[in-house]
Amino acid sequence: MTVTTPHSAYWEGVRDGLPFILVVAPFALLFGVVATEAGLTVWETLAFSVVVIAGAAQFTALQLMQENAPTVIVLASALAVNLRMAMYSASLTPHLGATPIWQRALAAYMMVDQSYACSILAYERNRDWTPMQKMAFYFGAVTPVIPVWYAMTVAGALIGSSMPAGLALDFAVPITFIAMIAPALRTLAHKAAATASVVLALGFAFVPFNLGLIIAGIGGMMVGAQVELWMDRRART
Amino acid sequence: MTDPIIAKGTLWTVIILLGLGSFALRFAFLGLIGNRPMPDWIMRHLRYTAVAVLPGLVAPLVVWPGATDGVLDLPRLTAALTTLVVGYLTKNVLAAIFSGAGMLYLLLYLMG
Repeated sequence: MTVTTPHSAYWEGVRDGLPFILVVAPFALLFGVVATEAGLTVWETLAFSVVVIAGAAQFTALQLMQENAPTVIVLASALAVNLRMAMYSASLTPHLGATPIWQRALAAYMMVDQSYACSILAYERNRDWTPMQKMAFYFGAVTPVIPVWYAMTVAGALIGSSMPAGLALDFAVPITFIAMIAPALRTLAHKAAATASVVLALGFAFVPFNLGLIIAGIGGMMVGAQVELWMDRRART
Repeated sequence: MTDPIIAKGTLWTVIILLGLGSFALRFAFLGLIGNRPMPDWIMRHLRYTAVAVLPGLVAPLVVWPGATDGVLDLPRLTAALTTLVVGYLTKNVLAAIFSGAGMLYLLLYLMG
């Protein structure tokens, strides 16, 4: 590995973030289409994507508003879907905590599944990076993704309901998420955490307000941590 | 489609509060804890955030797809498993996405 400056870390981030355009573009396009079908204007749809930048939470909120759910329920459910961002935030803190507050605020605003996933993997590969290099990589990783998120939302809103149903765009979201998770299943602890998460999410799917996902997330983390401790003990004996 | 009406007041309330709430969640630890070291047991749990949350987000979408009104669907299930296996074996996100999407379209085409 060659010497990494913040400049080159930024460009490494851009390179690692580029493939996620293919992930984010259909997701944003789909949100644009779904939102205009729900009666939102192009401007309202764009504002939604710029202010919130969280696909899954936006879909959740839109769905519940169409069902005329109380505003409190809409917000609680969508924020529950976004609770994972607090976990991402906590897990990025040891790496980015020493950078200036305005950079951390900007990083927080642009935090999405993809930028988190590829940054945390890069930090594990490059343990010698300074906080500045890590932040540069992070900003690099979001550079291709965020503008595409805005632009494709507008494109989707303009295309509106003329999208053919045969494209099965509904499944773009699960496929991209699975493609991100699969390479991260490196150790037994990671696999156990993911398996527990799936079992708990399906088992607790009946729990209202998306709290089943929160149970699955916390349960999966506990299983991962316990399996890691167990592996450490076994390695030592 | 029925005529879905979302009151404009409700819509903007949700957009603004959801935006503020999402930022608060994203900023919580990064902004407030900053450079202070965190205990081992917290770090041990945080290592598994991504693999603990995303599978839980995806599993119901795979098993009960909205597009089929929640009925288990062979093309979608096979596409999901293909994506998982290719992603795990190749460690390549794009290869996994294209394999999964290819499998989905192939099966949707074959099963008409």
